[in-house]
Amino acid sequence: MKNQKCKGMQDLLPEDMLRFRRIEDVFRTCCLNWGYQEVRTPTLEYLYLFTATGTLTPSMLSKVYSFLDWDGWSGERVVLRPDGTIPVARLYIDNLSGQELARLFYVTNIFAFEGTGKENRERWQCGAEFFGGAKSAPDVEIILLAKQVIRRLGISNARLQLSHAGLVKALLKEFKLSPGEEAKMTNRILEGNWQALTKAKSTNPEIDRLIASLLGLKGKSSSFLHNIRASFPKASQDFKSSLEDFINIATLLDNLGCSYEIDIAAIHGFEYYTGICFQFLAAGEKIGGGGRYDSLVPLMNEKDIPACGFALYADTIMKSLPLEKEKKDESGILVQGKELTPEIVKTCFAVAESLRDAGHPAELDFTGREESDYRWVVLVSGKEPSQFVLTDSIQRRRRDAVSIAEILEVLSEE
Amino acid sequence: MKDYQAGYIKLALPKGRFLSPTANLLAEIDLGFEGYRDKTRQYRLRSTRYPSLSAKIFQERDIPIQVAVGNYDLGICGLDWIEEFLVKYPAGALVKVASLNYGEGSIYVVASTQVGITSLNELSARRNDYRIVSEYPNLAEAFALNLRMRRFRIFPVWGDAEAYPPENADLAVLWGKSGARIAAIQDLIPLKKLLPVTAFLIANRESLENKDLSQILMCFDSKLTAEPQISIENELDSSEELKGPRPSWQAKEINLALPDGHQQAPTSQFLKRAGLVLHGYSEEASSRRPTADLDWLGIKVVRPQDMPLQVANGNFDLAITGEDWLREHLYRFPSSPVKKLFALHFSTVRIVAAVSQEMPVADIDELRSLVQSSPDYIGAPVKVASEYINVADKYLRDNHINPYKLIPTWGAGEAFLPEDADMLIDNVQTGKTFQQHKLKIIDVLFRSSACLIASKDSLASSSKKERMEFLTQELRAGLL
Repeated sequence: MKNQKCKGMQDLLPEDMLRFRRIEDVFRTCCLNWGYQEVRTPTLEYLYLFTATGTLTPSMLSKVYSFLDWDGWSGERVVLRPDGTIPVARLYIDNLSGQELARLFYVTNIFAFEGTGKENRERWQCGAEFFGGAKSAPDVEIILLAKQVIRRLGISNARLQLSHAGLVKALLKEFKLSPGEEAKMTNRILEGNWQALTKAKSTNPEIDRLIASLLGLKGKSSSFLHNIRASFPKASQDFKSSLEDFINIATLLDNLGCSYEIDIAAIHGFEYYTGICFQFLAAGEKIGGGGRYDSLVPLMNEKDIPACGFALYADTIMKSLPLEKEKKDESGILVQGKELTPEIVKTCFAVAESLRDAGHPAELDFTGREESDYRWVVLVSGKEPSQFVLTDSIQRRRRDAVSIAEILEVLSEE
Repeated sequence: MKDYQAGYIKLALPKGRFLSPTANLLAEIDLGFEGYRDKTRQYRLRSTRYPSLSAKIFQERDIPIQVAVGNYDLGICGLDWIEEFLVKYPAGALVKVASLNYGEGSIYVVASTQVGITSLNELSARRNDYRIVSEYPNLAEAFALNLRMRRFRIFPVWGDAEAYPPENADLAVLWGKSGARIAAIQDLIPLKKLLPVTAFLIANRESLENKDLSQILMCFDSKLTAEPQISIENELDSSEELKGPRPSWQAKEINLALPDGHQQAPTSQFLKRAGLVLHGYSEEASSRRPTADLDWLGIKVVRPQDMPLQVANGNFDLAITGEDWLREHLYRFPSSPVKKLFALHFSTVRIVAAVSQEMPVADIDELRSLVQSSPDYIGAPVKVASEYINVADKYLRDNHINPYKLIPTWGAGEAFLPEDADMLIDNVQTGKTFQQHKLKIIDVLFRSSACLIASKDSLASSSKKERMEFLTQELRAGLL
């Protein structure tokens, strides 16, 4: 029969789910330990939530799943959540903005159309957002939190790359483009086309030199940024203050022994970011990213709340995550009925329930199949005097038992 | 029954505005389609010169879809409908081969003077909720997103987009002969020219990649030109004319929408019987905004298809439309605040399900059995063409026809059967057209006549209630 799965969608099979839950568990545990609280936003949001801030690029918005709901006669379109941060920002504004600080995290799916149908159109993210925390300690907090999750997942070769959206935007201002041109250039950069920037010669050779060294060089410590600052004393005030912020964060990371790479052009898609941007790479693939987005909440409700956050991409991480050996072999018990008589079925259910009550996972079977995946098999024959036979698959031995109490006793001996 | 042999080439040709120039072109390059001319009753044509070439005549808007799905290898239609399709389905199977060098006018984004916008930059900077009305909803949405408009709502209409601003829309995306012509329409400012409307030769990607179309393409060769520059410049060729004083539109307490097209004559007679004196709603003198002797009543003439949505949105309090279009709207938006007040018993049609006379089924139950027992006969999914996609969707669901695929059409749906669709859900008056096209009716979904619809919100509004009741009573008097 033909595969009936919708194009671009994915099934998560039992093994995938074991990996998924592992990522989720590690992520949740870390977040809770750092004082973050879990939230969940709805799958449907209004489209205008994503257009209203003017921060998402037209090319990103043209890929959202938008449609008219059953009560959409007013023309108000809804979307399948295309992004994790904006809905959480909305949740914060709607419900929690009275709180000075809010540390929130979520595990969610996001939807974006992808033309070939070969990549996922539904993707899973583990994200954390920190509302109300001004720079620079919160920036460092989210970077370290993300790093801890990655380390605890056993991904040892992850690289951290840093960039700064404020710095890029200040740089763009130096070109003195018309608002329309500047918007176009921003869109190109957001889509990763940094060459557009190097090709666009400014009127000022100083700026060209600055761009060449920023895009051409890659720093490994805050010293790189200090060098940039010293080489371009005439840079604009905006540029200098962004650079200052970048230096502060880099210095903190240096002091905390967190290694990184400064690569201004490595990061794209930082649509709403205003400050530090970062991403994690493992085996050449992007497994997560985040940054500071101080103007998002103000654009949404005019309240001046700074914020930063990150998301880890569960789908990418799942691909490389080693699967822990299933525990079923060590503790699983199969309760097998020899025949399908009402009496035997009833006894099987009773045995399984007692086993579960005693803390043992117990599965039922009435097919009589030969099973080797279980630590124990309890055969219910229904015949006196010993109506149960226990088979121990590890020790390869059999034992008779006359009562459920005796079964539990045998199991507790092990 | 179906022509799937390799080497057989199918061409989709336009009705309407491009029929004459396209017919001239085809005559010039001698494709052998003598039957393709104005007022033709024929939909299917066979080339007298190339035995492997056949053609079918479609509403222009249907052509990009028909070519993209591969029912036709080649097609000719306006760039506006091609882009309307491509902007939504860029990865689709539609390829623009070349411009055919004829066409007229352009698609413009226009603003109502009442909105007070004179440039595009203002649109993206402001936080207003803009209502954009258009026959081209995909182009309108892409325009709004590209401009990073903060908040907007798109109202798709079947036609008459220029009639909506200023009171019922802030912006419109519509066809105009020139910017100056648009500016000459009361209260409209052209903001941007989106694209010129020229005829294009289009092809199905797979046909172009795998099938030998060279003989036919060579015929077109002498007529093909490179793609004309699509202007994305902000062309305001009429800015001088905008400065003069304009008659400004006046808000009325109660707004009534009346239909144009076939329904206009019987509606006009009905209103006369009801004793409502109108100026500008007769065959002799027809205006977009007729006037009545009641100074609190605003009247506008729009497409009946668009009325329920417009009433739902409070643009009109009352409207005369068809029950078919009301159902189409309510099936899509069950919570819509639109209500039927009473039927007017004219323009009565039956909404029916029809199949080709060759199909061995007499009713919908037999069709279902046929689909289940011999899926190969029809070739699942069942393809259903209809102007009423929501009515059709509900009907097919209710009757457990499974699987099915809906093909939205913009009129002349009878031409789709049997080769491009298996079933048609359409309105019939006499059934004569169906006879001509060898179709048989297998079910009557419902009967539909003109009806008066109202906004529930207006009926409940304390400021409108009295006048709504007065007008409704007046209209009731016109019933036979």
